[in-house]
Amino acid sequence: MSQRLINWFKFASPASFYPLAGTLWPWFAGLASVLCAVGLWISFFVAPTDFQQGEGYRIIFIHVPASWMSMFIYCVMAFWAAIGITFNTRLSGMMSSALAPTGALFAFLSLWTGALWGKPMWGAWWVWDARLTSELILFFLYIGYIALTSAIDDPRRADKAGAIVALVGVINVPIIYFSVKWWNTLHQGASVSMTKAPTMATTMLWGMLIMALAFWMYSIAIALYRVRAIILERERHATWVAELPEMQR
Amino acid sequence: MNAFLAIVRRDLLLAARRKSEVFTALFFFMIVVSLFPLGIGPESATLRRIAPGVLWVAALLAAMLSLNRLFAADHQDGTLEQMSLSPTPLALLVSGKVLAHWLTAGLPLVLLAPVLGLQFDLSPRSLGVLMISLLLGTPVLSLVGAIGAALTLGVRGGGVLLSLLVLPLYIPALIFGAGAVEADLAGLGAGGHLSLLGALLALGVFFAPWAATAALRIALE
Repeated sequence: MSQRLINWFKFASPASFYPLAGTLWPWFAGLASVLCAVGLWISFFVAPTDFQQGEGYRIIFIHVPASWMSMFIYCVMAFWAAIGITFNTRLSGMMSSALAPTGALFAFLSLWTGALWGKPMWGAWWVWDARLTSELILFFLYIGYIALTSAIDDPRRADKAGAIVALVGVINVPIIYFSVKWWNTLHQGASVSMTKAPTMATTMLWGMLIMALAFWMYSIAIALYRVRAIILERERHATWVAELPEMQR
Repeated sequence: MNAFLAIVRRDLLLAARRKSEVFTALFFFMIVVSLFPLGIGPESATLRRIAPGVLWVAALLAAMLSLNRLFAADHQDGTLEQMSLSPTPLALLVSGKVLAHWLTAGLPLVLLAPVLGLQFDLSPRSLGVLMISLLLGTPVLSLVGAIGAALTLGVRGGGVLLSLLVLPLYIPALIFGAGAVEADLAGLGAGGHLSLLGALLALGVFFAPWAATAALRIALE
């Protein structure tokens, strides 16, 4: 083995990942707050007022990044699940269960802001649009994952069962998305067109991308923070945990 | 193949010895379907409009009710462990159990549905489409349900958890199944929906026993 290559498998052990996560998460949290401040500044003060939707459209800067993140986090969860099943690493399951609450939070946020946006724009809190419906189902999938993993007492079994749920879910998400989409078009005809103005102002796009990055950094930071807590909880009988400086007090 | 048939025969025999479980799910289906007209009103135009959705949702719930017993008894008395040790691949045995589950929980719904459809003033042709859609769709319910049943095996509060896990995954089958009947009622062809249901079934037959087996191995560890 070459000396210069980083041995990634080294960090598959909770004992070596715990300090790494500890040094990394404040950086990601700092990046998240800076990006969030910049993004919010752009979205509130720089981005022009939309000539059709007025000021109300500004919720897009929270809504769209939250939806993106909710879908992306599910894919990351499934990725860790696949790694956990193939390599049988303990850390992967911990990562999956650390990501799930954040994903569920973003799915909920996206539904909530969507409702708040829909009321003034379409005059309805909720429409059975394909995207809204699949976001709702994604939220249900997150809840199912969390419910299953928390119902199983043995953490190793919970991780593996959760991994299967995540993988089955990730295969089903596109099927569900397209079935809902076709259901919607066949069912009632597009009552509300969700397509945005074709030419989005560049500042709006920048604001959205920066907010998405901010949410991304936040997710990494909070997942690392949470995985540290999970590691401590599960490895509490291990010697290396007892030798940690924060345990000496 | 012999082992597969033996499992199917055994599970059918067990179901025949405990008929009440099969009939409970069946009567549940009937009662749920009959409740809707009482709640909504007897206008036949409305009933015809909601019939596909009501029948399909009731079938979903009835199929789910019987999922609990798919692996539970075998898990309790250790049969499942013996199955996993047998030289026959576990996935094949699981497929046999799923087939037996469908024969006892899915097929009766298919046969009963047209009678209940009459209550909703469906035309004979729509009843035929309803039967075909259930015939293609209920095996999907059994297959996907087997994954959920295997995952929640021996877990606290398994029953409610099972519905939480499985119902979101049933949505495509519900959409295309009820959609087929609705398309037929609207005078459009039901062929597209039925083909998609068939595609779901093909996918399910291929992947679900495999995923359910992986879940069972976790439960047996």
